[in-house]
Amino acid sequence: MEAQAQVQARFDAAVAAEQRVEPRDWMPEAYRATLVRQIAQHAHSEIIGMQPEGNWLTRAPSLRRKAILLAKAQDEAGHGLYLYAAAETLGVDRAELTEKLVDGRQKYSSIFNYPTLTFADVGVIGWLVDGAAICNQVPLCRCSYGPYARAMVRICKEESFHQRQGYELLMTMTAGTDAQRAMVQDAVDRWWWPSLMMFGPPDGASPNSERSMAWRIKRHSNDELRQRFVDMTVPQAEHLGVLLPDPELAWNAERGSWDFGEPDWSELQQVIKGHGPCNAQRIERRRAAHEGGAWVREAASAYAAKRAAEEASGERSSG
Amino acid sequence: MSGERASWPLYEVFVRPRRGLNHVHVGSLHAADDKMALLAARDLYTRRNEGVSLWVVRSDAITASSPDEQDPFFAPSGDKVYRHPTFYPIPEDVPHI
Repeated sequence: MEAQAQVQARFDAAVAAEQRVEPRDWMPEAYRATLVRQIAQHAHSEIIGMQPEGNWLTRAPSLRRKAILLAKAQDEAGHGLYLYAAAETLGVDRAELTEKLVDGRQKYSSIFNYPTLTFADVGVIGWLVDGAAICNQVPLCRCSYGPYARAMVRICKEESFHQRQGYELLMTMTAGTDAQRAMVQDAVDRWWWPSLMMFGPPDGASPNSERSMAWRIKRHSNDELRQRFVDMTVPQAEHLGVLLPDPELAWNAERGSWDFGEPDWSELQQVIKGHGPCNAQRIERRRAAHEGGAWVREAASAYAAKRAAEEASGERSSG
Repeated sequence: MSGERASWPLYEVFVRPRRGLNHVHVGSLHAADDKMALLAARDLYTRRNEGVSLWVVRSDAITASSPDEQDPFFAPSGDKVYRHPTFYPIPEDVPHI
């Protein structure tokens, strides 16, 4: 018991002193479990996040847009893999995490349960969804768990391209025809509130936040990050000439921030519970891709086993 | 790992960012064999010219020291301050030393 208290005290002191926790260090079980849940959910989000935009890969209007969108989808896959690798340093198995995703035992960001109805959605996802993700993710680069923080550094570097390509796409469309401008406004109307929900429930209804902040996993509260996102985004919307669909949006000179309306939290709860527009489709697609790719994994394993056997027999005959 | 799941070995990936620099550990991945590990490492860790050379090493081939912060393994260097140049006081007016 004495020893337990001692390692706990050393862990707490190291975290409080902004030292990083590395995979083989002692850590409280709840810290490990929280990280596994968060990193897995983050990894799943990256992987599922390929689907809404993948919807437009074959229909992007030019070779340039196609190449950009393909590179972005490849990045999302890469981000998922960085994060699965970080999760594995905590003693879980990537294949097990994938099973938990397709079985519905682990979640992914609710934002990806909304459909991408027009090509303007591709731009708005880059601008708003990736913009919100950047707000959430930049502080994670200083997360107390070393492998997660390092993965986030790589991811944040690449996310900047995602946001800028989206904004540039929207600038191109808003400089086009009335129909194109209307398409952009429609996409903004549909994505604005779900983007605000990406920061999670309001602080009063986010029971685990306090502990995550004490552990230096989380650095800012949900509401702080949401406010930061709104403040960053309003001038960008003005520049594009689109309206954010919130009648309560108003500059508050006293706070030096934008006041904004309350998202419909019951909608977020419904989507998290699996009743969003695309939940079933996203998981079914992931399951089909996983099962459809089984023969590739089996073939690679069979080939590796055959080569290993050949090398072993070659060594025996030459030795 | 359970028999049902494909249990490809884990590889650690090292990238040399450019000539003149050391290979640096960047992360890990699973692959069926060494060659596929190298291809996957290229696709995963060098999508933006991050490297001019890659190493992949099976994680189970690495021998590591204990992670303990007060690891006695590193004790031998702890009390040898005379290995550092600052241990030796030299008058300020002695040039180039």
